[in-house]
Amino acid sequence: MEIYCLLGIPLTGGLFLALWGNRRNAPEINALFSLLTLLAAGVLTARIVASGPMLVGGEGWFFIDSFNVFLVALTAFVAFTTSLFSRPYMRIEQEHGRLSTQRLRLYHSSYQVFIAAMLLALTTNNMGILWVSMEAATLATVLLVSLYRTPASLEAAWKYFILCGVGIAQALFGTILLYFAAERVLGAGGSALLWTHLNGVKTHLEPTVLQLAFVFLLVGYGTKVGLAPLHNWLPDAHAEGPTPVSAVLSGLLLNVALYAVMRSKVLVDGALGNDLAGNLMMGFGLLSVVTAAFLIKRQTDVKRMFAYSSIEHMGLITFAFGMGGPIASFAGLLHMTMHSLTKSAIFFAVGHATQSAGTQLMDGIRGLIRTNPTLGWGLMLGSIAILGVPPFGVFASEFLIITTAMHEHAWATPFLLIALGVAFAAIFGRVQPMVFGETELPRLPHQPALTPVFLHLGLVLMLGLFIPPYLAMWYRQAAALLGG
Amino acid sequence: MSLTYYLQVVNLLAALLLLISFAMLSQRRIVGLITLFAWQGAALAASTAIVAGSTGQHHLYWSAGITLALKVIAMPWFFYRLVRKLDVDRDVEPMINIPTTMLIGIVLVIFAFNLALPISQMSGTVTRSTLGIAMATVLLAFLMMITRSKAIPQVIGFLAMENGLFFAATSATYGMPLVVEMGVALDVLVGVFVLGIFFFQIRETFDSLDLKHMEKLKER
Repeated sequence: MEIYCLLGIPLTGGLFLALWGNRRNAPEINALFSLLTLLAAGVLTARIVASGPMLVGGEGWFFIDSFNVFLVALTAFVAFTTSLFSRPYMRIEQEHGRLSTQRLRLYHSSYQVFIAAMLLALTTNNMGILWVSMEAATLATVLLVSLYRTPASLEAAWKYFILCGVGIAQALFGTILLYFAAERVLGAGGSALLWTHLNGVKTHLEPTVLQLAFVFLLVGYGTKVGLAPLHNWLPDAHAEGPTPVSAVLSGLLLNVALYAVMRSKVLVDGALGNDLAGNLMMGFGLLSVVTAAFLIKRQTDVKRMFAYSSIEHMGLITFAFGMGGPIASFAGLLHMTMHSLTKSAIFFAVGHATQSAGTQLMDGIRGLIRTNPTLGWGLMLGSIAILGVPPFGVFASEFLIITTAMHEHAWATPFLLIALGVAFAAIFGRVQPMVFGETELPRLPHQPALTPVFLHLGLVLMLGLFIPPYLAMWYRQAAALLGG
Repeated sequence: MSLTYYLQVVNLLAALLLLISFAMLSQRRIVGLITLFAWQGAALAASTAIVAGSTGQHHLYWSAGITLALKVIAMPWFFYRLVRKLDVDRDVEPMINIPTTMLIGIVLVIFAFNLALPISQMSGTVTRSTLGIAMATVLLAFLMMITRSKAIPQVIGFLAMENGLFFAATSATYGMPLVVEMGVALDVLVGVFVLGIFFFQIRETFDSLDLKHMEKLKER
């Protein structure tokens, strides 16, 4: 029952806002629907924690276990805080004349549909529906990336659509191959693509076909994760879209795409009985970390810089999952959470900073600590957190990932350390003058929405100092599901 | 009629599909491209329907029906209207000249057949020999997307790729489960609708649908 609420609320919200989104209080309605989604996710999470994994509907259309329920909770939470942030942010954009009421209606409606698509991708048991909802999530955000209708934003949206479309077509072929292998064991029909069924017979699936299928699935969904060298769409889409969209793309969509890869990996590992899938993921992950770290250095646009930082962190998570084992999977899951919370907090702060400076170029943003002290501290603390400085939670997960890498794959350690060092120097060097530099910029005339920023950073700090036992337990269960 | 007779018709339609893919590569005009895309959809729908009839896989009739409705009627009609409204029916200059593109295409077809060989040997369907053609269609559509710089041909390339994937699903496994196929069709429909809006936005901003204007976002 909870699951239908969870999916139904954002869908209803999308429809409602599409029809009546011109109302003055549309941002509040958007936040209200997000809050209801969060409540439904909370109830669902409580139920899973109490009674373990469950199958819902028909032959088991939906499947919830510790792995995806944690992502459902995270998605609903960040979606809610982002809707709180977007309330004042989009109003200010509208007052600056960058958006009309009509476009705001499109924005609110697509936002809810996007959340619904991601939640469907997370909860569905059918690998085919997983593909369908991933594509739906892309389509819901294409028009959001081009919301400002500037030439650059249109180009970014076009790139996003075509590259992710082609990428996801590869994933469809991978799904077809998966079905082809499954059909020979499970028989034709809808149930042959159900993940729980596939998981039950994974050792009997034809290894050669699954090997090929995984390559296509990894390349396909990997495009959406933003793994190098398939990452070209990501910085553009993040930089040119409205900031709330950047926050949810970076904090949520990338996670959901990685979730799809992980579900496939569990099946392939069972069928192949070797480390091929893990090695491929480690390779792509490491390449992304290194590529992104060196590209961060060259950025002049603040949102682009943090978009590259997202590629770096997704690469790190992919690398951790590729290593496998209980500690690395635990660290990967923890890092997923930390990155979502921190990166969306940074985008919230960056959004207001660009609004007060009137530009996204880092040279134009100076001395936030003078003009808007809380905003300045938000950006500074967020950057410190994402760079992995203790006591923030990112430090804990990065530390676990690197120590595991030292033990099991010592050759990768220098690459990881150099990349993290370069990223640290680049981002810190850029953010420092933005926060502490000299400025003549006026104060932001509006009250910025900083509660979400400090809420996220507070959580990251808390998780860095102390992970509550039930949460650690939960991560451990999820890590075990990933073959840890 | 015997199964082999049906099989020959399916093989013929598969060959037609490949031929149309090559024709699309060499087509210079957008309207011609749309017509070819409609024919490709028709060949796909016909072959799916024949496979459905000859093997008793009745859910494939649905799949054939969806293909017919969407890819033969709705989308070509939509694109024709779009081209007329946006007034963009001029010659398309491909970025690589056409004979070279064709040669690359032939190499791709050989590659596709080699790639499909081990899988089609494993497949139990009567149509397995056409899997190579399906993969070739996907790769040729991909090539078309790379060599065209205009927005509509790129999208048609993308949809032709989807056609190839559907054909692969039919020939390797008698189609995906119905709920998935419906979902994919819905996504494609929504995607084309979104693009329709998008084309008007591009046109409004750049005064053209040529993607050469969209090369500003790069790493310097």
